[in-house]
Amino acid sequence: MTKVTMTVNGKTRTAEAEGRTLLAEWLREGVRLTGTHIGCDTSQCGACVVHVNGEAVKACSVLAQEIDGAEVTTVEGMANADGSLGVIQQAFQDYHGLQCGFCTPGMVMSTAALLKDNPQPTEAEVRHYLEGNICRCTGYHNIVKAVMAASGQQVAPVAAE
Amino acid sequence: MPKDTGIGASPKRREDVRFLTGKGRYTDDINVAGQAHVVFLRSDVAHGTINGIDTAAAEAMEGVVGVFTAMDFDGVGGIPCGWQITDREGNPMQEPKHPILAEGKVRHVGDPIAAVVAESVSIARDACEAIEVDITSLPAVMDMKKAVQADAPKVHDDLTSNLCYDWGFVEDNRQAVDDAIKSAAHVTTLELVNNRLIANPMEPRVAVGDYARHDDSSTLYTTSQNPHVIRLLMGAFVLGIPEHKLRVVAPDVGGGFGTKIFHYAEEAFCTFAAKQLERPVKWTASRSEAFMSDAHGRDHVTKIELALDADNNFTAVRTETYANMGAYLSTFAPSVPTWLHGTLMAGNYKTPLVYVNVKAVFTNTVPVDAYRGAGRPEATFQLERVVDKAARELGIDPVELRRQNFIREFPYQTPVAVEYDTGDYDATMDKLLEMIDRDGFEARRKESESRGKLRGLGINCYIEACGIAPSKLVGQLGARAGLYESATVRVNATGGLVVMTGSHSHGQGHETSFPQVIADMIGINEDQIEIVHGDTANAPMGMGTYGSRSLAVGGSAMFRATEKIIAKAKKIAAHIMEASDEDIELKDGKFTVAGTDKELAWGDVTLAAYVPHNYPLEDLEPGLEETAFYDPNNFTYPAGAYACEVEVDPETGFVEVLSFAAADDFGNVVNPMIVEGQVHGGLAQGIGQALFENCAYDEDGQLLSASYMDYTMPRAKDLPMFQVDHSCATPCTHNPLGVKGCGEAGAIGSPPSIVNGVLDALASGGHDVGHIDMPLTPAKVWAAMQGTGGTGDGTAHARSVGGPAKNV
Repeated sequence: MTKVTMTVNGKTRTAEAEGRTLLAEWLREGVRLTGTHIGCDTSQCGACVVHVNGEAVKACSVLAQEIDGAEVTTVEGMANADGSLGVIQQAFQDYHGLQCGFCTPGMVMSTAALLKDNPQPTEAEVRHYLEGNICRCTGYHNIVKAVMAASGQQVAPVAAE
Repeated sequence: MPKDTGIGASPKRREDVRFLTGKGRYTDDINVAGQAHVVFLRSDVAHGTINGIDTAAAEAMEGVVGVFTAMDFDGVGGIPCGWQITDREGNPMQEPKHPILAEGKVRHVGDPIAAVVAESVSIARDACEAIEVDITSLPAVMDMKKAVQADAPKVHDDLTSNLCYDWGFVEDNRQAVDDAIKSAAHVTTLELVNNRLIANPMEPRVAVGDYARHDDSSTLYTTSQNPHVIRLLMGAFVLGIPEHKLRVVAPDVGGGFGTKIFHYAEEAFCTFAAKQLERPVKWTASRSEAFMSDAHGRDHVTKIELALDADNNFTAVRTETYANMGAYLSTFAPSVPTWLHGTLMAGNYKTPLVYVNVKAVFTNTVPVDAYRGAGRPEATFQLERVVDKAARELGIDPVELRRQNFIREFPYQTPVAVEYDTGDYDATMDKLLEMIDRDGFEARRKESESRGKLRGLGINCYIEACGIAPSKLVGQLGARAGLYESATVRVNATGGLVVMTGSHSHGQGHETSFPQVIADMIGINEDQIEIVHGDTANAPMGMGTYGSRSLAVGGSAMFRATEKIIAKAKKIAAHIMEASDEDIELKDGKFTVAGTDKELAWGDVTLAAYVPHNYPLEDLEPGLEETAFYDPNNFTYPAGAYACEVEVDPETGFVEVLSFAAADDFGNVVNPMIVEGQVHGGLAQGIGQALFENCAYDEDGQLLSASYMDYTMPRAKDLPMFQVDHSCATPCTHNPLGVKGCGEAGAIGSPPSIVNGVLDALASGGHDVGHIDMPLTPAKVWAAMQGTGGTGDGTAHARSVGGPAKNV
């Protein structure tokens, strides 16, 4: 066991890690931030996406010891300073972009990374970018709408009346 | 003007805030002080005799708390099956024991052989690798038709064969159906496979067992859709723990889709080991483990024949299905190919004679059980494919052939036991055709053709039975449980409500939609109502969430309990206002006395119930808390019409879904936003089945699709935006909310749309291939096209709106 220290959501956090401890495990068990979820063991599902030094990373594909000292942002760090939902989180709620909530942290973190690079993505660009995030509940329809809405684009209302 | 509160409104989901901020509490987020971790050593062969298990090296490893094998479970029951089918001869199905850890034999890849409990997951995993298992491999039983032959190796040596049951329905109709088929003007025959799927909720299963020495009670935290069912099955049949000493908690659950209904060995193991070791024991499935231990879905091989008279009226349907049970009987498994499938074989049509034969077969594969739709997708797929094929063979419009045979009078007694209470199949078909601009299809097809692509239109209907179910009926059908639902409504002194429901929400948004119903009944704000579910310590005995039953059955229980609350509150109000009970009205959260200007706020009455100073104590108990158990007298029958347009690349066989439209009749709708979300998700799973998903085994029983590298989950780029509509509502006639259920429709109705659409596209290119089994991968579509050519007579839909299409 080695002590690993990172800045997580702006706070310095230290916890032990084995050589084989993944960042996802370190976040969940080491510093007890359980918002980052583990949905697979082959880096396919994207539920564990976090930002490491500003880049979107699947936290199951990084060893905690490898990134000692990194700056990490997780879904717990995405709300506004006053605790209200951030723009992306709010759009996911407004457009029913989540159901069971398990893939949601990864979706939110991937969306943030997409909009940073491409502030006004097309529907096709959103679908292409989210290829690494699997959702089993929504059929992606409302996730795509939420991402478009979060980027300030006009989308159809949530339920056809 | 859309409502912003109550029934029919789409308020934002209150559960979203915790999910979006990382504050959800899923089972894997729960750590109990002092817990140890278990890792299961699972079989890597499909079928074999266990000669010996040497655990000495594992036990000696530092940090190992305990190693378990079948020998440690003397006196512990097997995992029970909740449904008994009676075969054509009147005999009960063959029911093998399903031990917690393999006894003497392993029967599928993933069958747990031993379990290591250790201080950490890593240590447990390392120790598992130190266990030596001596197994003699046996031939794997994989092909269902070969499995029932006399010389086939047996999955269970103590059974007479691999045949679980041979079921006929309705057996008395068998001869009449045979005669009708013999004398038919036309018979369309189709042999098809309903491909084996894996539900794949994004949250893998987790179980945490805990034991309290001071009162000899056990607690299980588990990823379940129905904690009370787990408590009953595990307590009464496996571990012998009375229900008052066993608490089962299913907190936030990350999707279920059926596969989290069932009682699993890992749950029993953690509960058992926690007591043995006097330490909490936690198990978290890896995804690879989920693939080989979560119950799989579908896996039917069917021959269906549809008989028509000279006027194209359906006269009979006859089917023969082989249904895979896997190696053991999972909780609901026997009911899926029988009562959830055979009873739907009339579909939307007035076919007078139906005979369904199902042979359920044991194989060396993971157990198969209910997955979103459970039996109804299999029924719908057969019917809607064979009707489309018949239309093509007869050269008539597939929509008109369907319409001609629609049931139009309700209630309608089908020849397969169930009675449809209400429906309007023309309405959903009309709505669908309006949504998809069918008349414009030929122009769109030509445009695709100009780009070298083949465009097809697939249309179909569906009907399903949900809101399961009447206990009396399912009892007659072999269910070993009732299927009512419960709710306790507790009104607090200051007027807020806590509703404890036996339904369970794992994505369906009950915490938002259930309060909408009560808010309307009382006339208070939804935020005064809290929904509590998923804990046997709080909620009354309930049967949980599956079969699209939560609102129809659980919502009705909540409705009935709230009616009792209102009746009592009116008596209190009458006493305080010195009026007669019958003159009290409740509206907008105020009690008034008819014909007077007297009024009393909701909160004044609830306070009086708990501070009964001015209160009719001689007639009425204090307090305001009521429980209702609701047992419906029929299933509900959502129905609809679905369509898609697909484009096939003839060079590669690649299929692109260009559009998908769904017109559903769900009866009354409480929250349109949530309903539409449910349909979207169902469509994605149905399209996934039709185009991408396949659980594949090789002939030795190795699971080939055991990760997301190999099992193709639909991704965002694979799907279009969906058009959904639920405006054609015929409210259910027998539950107080008039609701039918919407959770499974999308997955039931969409596979035939895709297959019909792809076949239509191929036909437009002159490839009349008859059928392709799902999933329609590029390789399969391309291969099918190579086997044909030049003889097709064009797209069926083009024929109906402007003559046959020209071959490319």
